[in-house]
Amino acid sequence: MRPFQYQRAAGVREAIAKAEGCQTCSFLAGGTTVIDLVKLDVEKPEMLIDVGRLPMDTILRDEEGGLIIGANVRNSDLAWHSDVQRDYKALSEALLSGASPQLRNRATTAGNLMQRTRCPYFRDNYSPCNKREPGSDCAALAGYNRSHAVLGGSDSCIATHPSDMCVALAAFEATIRVEGPNGSRSIPFADFHLLPGDTPHLEHALEQGELITAVTLPPKRAGTASTYLKSRDRASYEFALASAAVSFGIEEGCIVEPKIALGGVATKPWRCYEAEKNLEGQVASLSVYEKAAEVALAEAEVFECNAFKVPLARNLLARALSEVEGRLARQSEVI
Amino acid sequence: MSSLNIGEISSLDRKREQATSTSHAIEIEVNGQPHKLEVEAREILLDTLRERLGFTGVKKSCDHGQCGACTVLLNGRRVNACLLLSVMADGDEVTTIEGLASENGDLHLVQQAFLIHDAFQCGYCTSGQIISTVGMLGEPWSNDSASLRESMSGNLCRCGAYRNIHTAVEEAKSSHQQREASTEEDFS
Ligand SMILES: Cc1cc2nc3c(=O)[nH]c(=O)nc-3n(C[C@H](O)[C@H](O)[C@H](O)COP(=O)(O)OP(=O)(O)OC[C@H]3O[C@@H](n4cnc5c(N)ncnc54)[C@H](O)[C@@H]3O)c2cc1C
Ligand code: FES
Ligand code: FES
Repeated sequence: MRPFQYQRAAGVREAIAKAEGCQTCSFLAGGTTVIDLVKLDVEKPEMLIDVGRLPMDTILRDEEGGLIIGANVRNSDLAWHSDVQRDYKALSEALLSGASPQLRNRATTAGNLMQRTRCPYFRDNYSPCNKREPGSDCAALAGYNRSHAVLGGSDSCIATHPSDMCVALAAFEATIRVEGPNGSRSIPFADFHLLPGDTPHLEHALEQGELITAVTLPPKRAGTASTYLKSRDRASYEFALASAAVSFGIEEGCIVEPKIALGGVATKPWRCYEAEKNLEGQVASLSVYEKAAEVALAEAEVFECNAFKVPLARNLLARALSEVEGRLARQSEVI
Repeated sequence: MSSLNIGEISSLDRKREQATSTSHAIEIEVNGQPHKLEVEAREILLDTLRERLGFTGVKKSCDHGQCGACTVLLNGRRVNACLLLSVMADGDEVTTIEGLASENGDLHLVQQAFLIHDAFQCGYCTSGQIISTVGMLGEPWSNDSASLRESMSGNLCRCGAYRNIHTAVEEAKSSHQQREASTEEDFS
């Protein structure tokens, strides 16, 4: 592994000051993405700034009843948290479907948001890849693109965003809190990850030196339920081929507040606004779910090896919507 | 496809040599014993444990977080030692397979369960499986068989000894729970 420098940051301001203006510095939290990629020589930091012990590791309720999740909360702690299990079930399920128990014990909220694609060409230094090496070409477009995106791709890149957690955060309309050289700001989840366009190496809205401090979730809307479904090549410890996070309620037989996001099929966590509009106010039924799922995949563009993802994601989304209807029915029985 | 010729590779190597590394004095406790040592920033905990401290019960297999062979407990929680810099663990407590049995040689209940149920073939994944099970016992998994399998999915067994591993883990979990229940009674 190439040499680099390491520093454990003593505080948030110190971490930011160190990273400001330093293109070759990278934050380090759990290390499960960074160390993997440095070993592969895909990331070449000169300095790793360890922020993993900064006290950003609590889960708190805000005044409105939403949740403030510290950047360093480990994926396993977030998944098992009782408020998350009760009010943001899809988030808990998404986290528990990701990686392995060991990795989740290290992986942090911020690290998960910032994880890199698992595109095999990106991880292989000897293949061209516009994300790893801007301008070198994309080996996936005409290559083995079975795991690649059918939504949000460009002529430069069709790498999928690998995170499960992010799909649930997209559906719950999370906000990212950031601290930087010029103070703090909040970034709506939908604006955090960038589409590849012709700059696939630019993946997120953070400026150099900006540190994620927390992710916030709006209060759970009363009467809604949620779920996360994931389809993959083996039962566990595997990234999604397609996944869906879904939340809605049913009032007087009609669907209210539908929120849908897809994973495994798009270049960023993929919120499905059109499909949501399609569901809003409809009488809940399987055919309505199937129609919404069709709308969600309407813009899909397939490549030689990944056409199967379109029906897979469509069926998975329809099933996730039915699952939420089932959960709502069980909730009302309990009440 | 781009490819590198030998000349380019050696110039890459030179570039690497020029990059600087920092050295760090760290202190880690392994199986209850403190160790002070000097590590380079890029040194991986798995290598420190195996190559420098002699804890070769911890295994290296994929080296990329994909198999669980390198599982250790870090401050009581199971993690992959192959994806941790040793310097990140400065001040932490590590438990390896060597630290499970009691001083008089009595095996940990998870070790006993693996022995009784012959929960291995070649044995390479076994220390990771056992440490992982110990970590799992402290996590809030339910007792059904699907949860049990999921809770152990971070440990691959190339020999496919899963049937007996599953039985061993199931038994370890139930003896652990019985033991917990009886100590609770003792205190009440
Ligand atoms: C074998 C394997 C299987 C996996 N399977 C899955 C899966 O199925 N689903 C899934 O979703 N994920 C999966 N993952 C990915 C895993 O979830 C991520 O590696 C993890 O979430 C990253 O978190 P970390 O804290 O370890 O990040 P690190 O590796 O420490 O950091 C990752 C990135 O985040 C940046 N960063 C960290 N903290 C901050 C901060 N506070 N502010 C700004 N930037 C920050 C770092 O600079 C770096 O760029 C898998 C990983 C492995 C190795
Ligand atoms: S060697 Fe660490 S997970 Fe495989
Ligand atoms: S016993 Fe051989 S790898 Fe598991």
